[in-house]
Amino acid sequence: MDNPMDTPKTYSDYVDKKSPNSPIFTNCLKAFLIGGFICSIGQLIFFFCKSKGLDTSASNTVVSIILIGIAALLTGLNIFNKIGKVAGAGSLVPITGFANSIVSPAIEYKSEGYIMGVGGKMFTVAGPVLVFGISASVIVGMIYCFFV
Amino acid sequence: MEFFQTIDWSLMLRCFIVGGLICVIGQILIDKTKLTSARILVLFVTLGVILGGLGLYQYVIDFAGCGATVPLTGFGANLAKGAITEVQNSGLLGAFVGGVKVAAGGIAAAIFFGYLASIMAKPKIKKQ
Repeated sequence: MDNPMDTPKTYSDYVDKKSPNSPIFTNCLKAFLIGGFICSIGQLIFFFCKSKGLDTSASNTVVSIILIGIAALLTGLNIFNKIGKVAGAGSLVPITGFANSIVSPAIEYKSEGYIMGVGGKMFTVAGPVLVFGISASVIVGMIYCFFV
Repeated sequence: MEFFQTIDWSLMLRCFIVGGLICVIGQILIDKTKLTSARILVLFVTLGVILGGLGLYQYVIDFAGCGATVPLTGFGANLAKGAITEVQNSGLLGAFVGGVKVAAGGIAAAIFFGYLASIMAKPKIKKQ
């Protein structure tokens, strides 16, 4: 057999062969179950708000606020990271992942102070999400205004 | 409990399945493409804005309820829907006002609870 160190190509083939395959099926199953579970909690809160007479859009806002609050609290207690290790995208893709992405860096940079440390680093990940989300929504609004 | 009798269990099931499947798409992206989680979040929100802007995401919401609104694609679709509704009411100004207006509750909650949880938490020492 050729020496795997010969070229970058053969080397990367060699590494691919030796490194264990990530168990993608199990990961997907865990993400499915936990992601579905988080959405179902949201749906329960939604039904509860509806039964109290709130309209659909207000109920959706309440669902977001409660799920974000729970996720922020669990991240602060260092429980969310343990769930996240098992769930992968299952806890990342729901709105809980957005809350987690705000609290995690904020705790990590706490030693830099409450204003520039916590207040500033909160948006390391959430900042780009808001920048792209809000900018895209402005573009959608403009397109709708001028072309529809 | 009166409340449990009002629950639509079929919607509950659809919510679980669709919400789970959206997370599976994210998991496949993580495992297959080595995208960082920050990029996944940005990708999902932007995708949600595009699908919401085209009006396609509303079908998913009608079918799956919170299974579609809780994932970040729903956050994005909500931004787009808000921008469009506000444009209908107040013209071009609405493009700037509408998105953040509908998402305001979520964003403010994330900032407030996020800050509160951060100042209460102890910075963890990484175990080697």
